[in-house]
Amino acid sequence: MFYRENGQFKTTYQADQQIFPIRQDRLAIGLILVLAFFVVPSLADDYFFRAILIPFTIMSLAALGVNILVGYCGQISLGSGAFMAVGAYGAYNFFVRFPDMPLVPALLLGGLCATFFGILFGLPSLRVRGLYLAVATLAAQFFSDWMFLRIKWLLNDSDSGSVSVSGLQVFGIPIESALSKYLFCLSVLVVMALLAKNLVRSAIGREWMAMRDMDVAAAVIGIRPMYAKLSAFAVSSFIIGVAGALWAFIYLGSWEPAAFSVEVSFRLLFMVIIGGLGSIMGAFFGAAFIVVTPIALNLFLPALFGLFGLQISTAGLSHAELMIFGGLIVWFLIVEPHGLAKLWSVAKQKLRIWPFPH
Amino acid sequence: MAFFLETLMGGLMAGMLYSLVALGFVLIFKASGVFNFAQGAMVLFAALAMARFAEWIPAWLGIDNMIVANVLAFMVAGVIMFVVAWCIERLVLSHLVNQEGTTLLMATLGITYFMEGLGQSLFGNDIYQINIGMPKDPILAFDSVFEGGVLINKEDLIAALIAALLVAALSIFFQKTSTGRALRAVADDHQAAQSIGIPLNRIWVIVWCVAGLVALVAGMIWGSKLGVQFTLTTVALRALPVIILGGLTSVPGAIIGGLIIGVGEKLSEVYIGPLVGGGIEIWFSYVLALVFLLFRPQGLFGEKIIDRV
Repeated sequence: MFYRENGQFKTTYQADQQIFPIRQDRLAIGLILVLAFFVVPSLADDYFFRAILIPFTIMSLAALGVNILVGYCGQISLGSGAFMAVGAYGAYNFFVRFPDMPLVPALLLGGLCATFFGILFGLPSLRVRGLYLAVATLAAQFFSDWMFLRIKWLLNDSDSGSVSVSGLQVFGIPIESALSKYLFCLSVLVVMALLAKNLVRSAIGREWMAMRDMDVAAAVIGIRPMYAKLSAFAVSSFIIGVAGALWAFIYLGSWEPAAFSVEVSFRLLFMVIIGGLGSIMGAFFGAAFIVVTPIALNLFLPALFGLFGLQISTAGLSHAELMIFGGLIVWFLIVEPHGLAKLWSVAKQKLRIWPFPH
Repeated sequence: MAFFLETLMGGLMAGMLYSLVALGFVLIFKASGVFNFAQGAMVLFAALAMARFAEWIPAWLGIDNMIVANVLAFMVAGVIMFVVAWCIERLVLSHLVNQEGTTLLMATLGITYFMEGLGQSLFGNDIYQINIGMPKDPILAFDSVFEGGVLINKEDLIAALIAALLVAALSIFFQKTSTGRALRAVADDHQAAQSIGIPLNRIWVIVWCVAGLVALVAGMIWGSKLGVQFTLTTVALRALPVIILGGLTSVPGAIIGGLIIGVGEKLSEVYIGPLVGGGIEIWFSYVLALVFLLFRPQGLFGEKIIDRV
């Protein structure tokens, strides 16, 4: 009814190529931003920030990075946890080794470390693809697990194996309270998402998509496979690296290599697939689903069992959670293999022609 | 020299066990194109079932004989694995026909979570023992050739023997029986197989059953070596380099790949490990597989990948 582009004529190339061509989309995005920056902070309490909003923003950012690689360039990667780890430890090393290193450059430098790591472990993609590549990227995962456990220099020679940061501030504003952490993560997310959105609709984004749809055909029409694939690895691992640094610095505060295990890689891939491959929007949906579901299960399952008068132990509860989580994922894949973003675009299309079905 | 040989033998034995897990992957991938990440969870599930029933059955029926109890437990666990295979095919995969490889991969990851939760809530989450009466004492070999001889674990030897028997039985099943021929036909070309009247769904159930059985044997051997516990699922991650090294579609590839990875892993740990701080075996096997992939992108024995536009 309201979502309609009738009468919105584009009279300049600039208007034709803008990022959100439909006026209602622009309004909606503006509204969401206002909501996220001003309304949510005044409503949410401390627990909500720490348990849901901060993990959600950081994981959305990471899922965005994974989506560029998996969804846009078609290179399945199970090494995302490793890229996060390299970003986190890279940022940590820059942060503690250089006195007076500001936070934002440290995060970006961490992202750069992840970029180099990503390009290095993206090299096999030039030879192998598909499931072979997925297994090959696991090499990155296990290598980083080992590297951050055994090479003490990278941990600034910490004895316990875990490292921590403190005294974070940006432009003189301390990042201590949950609210400031949330706003900082959100700002990084918005900037990165905007960059990513623009990147995927530019020439290089189209190259990635050509590579995804059929790499031989893409090579035939003159797209350099090496450049396209490695640039996807570079951009994706930069974003994932920054997300990893945020995860470590802002969310965890002190961490050890287990925080970035292969489990994280799996979850990131879930986010991308459940959210929708090849869609920036999908990264947000997927991250919301994967972050919120375990928390919701944790909250509601005891109540549910209590309803039937059953007592359940903590171990039993975690097993039941695991089962329901796995079942939900399978169910989602069966009912909507193209992800939540597909549902979203179907809904949009329906709205566009409503009330006439054709 | 003796030490080198000992390491080599240890590597070969470990490799045999990796091949067993890898075999499960290859069987399913060949027949249905599903990269079954749940193989590790299936190994855990089967081993848990076996360990628990071996405990429960004597208590229920009052049997003292350990062999009878173990055989019964093995059979019960086998039946459970068949049911699991049937459920997976019916409830999940038949709804996901013609989906992309990634989606199927993720679905099996979902199954992994589900089975880890189910297995532990049904059978408990402690460390259990499977005692199938394998001798634990090592034997000395070649002591006439080298000074000191070579220590070989009897347990490993029997495990390798069981693995070899299983592989032999499987290859007879695949080559000689009509079901085996049907399986190979499906693996070759789904549409052609269907058009000559091979029921795809039944074949897939059979393949998952066979993979479940392989998982049970693998779980039994790993379980009796290391005890049945949650970390058994990581065995699947150890077996992944094996299949990309050997080729996703090749049964001999899984065996030979397993041996190469097993030996490479142990030798690297012993000879390179101390130089860089140890614990390298888990990523070294992946790097080893990657090096092979650089030269043969389809693995050692995989089908040649032909690209057409």
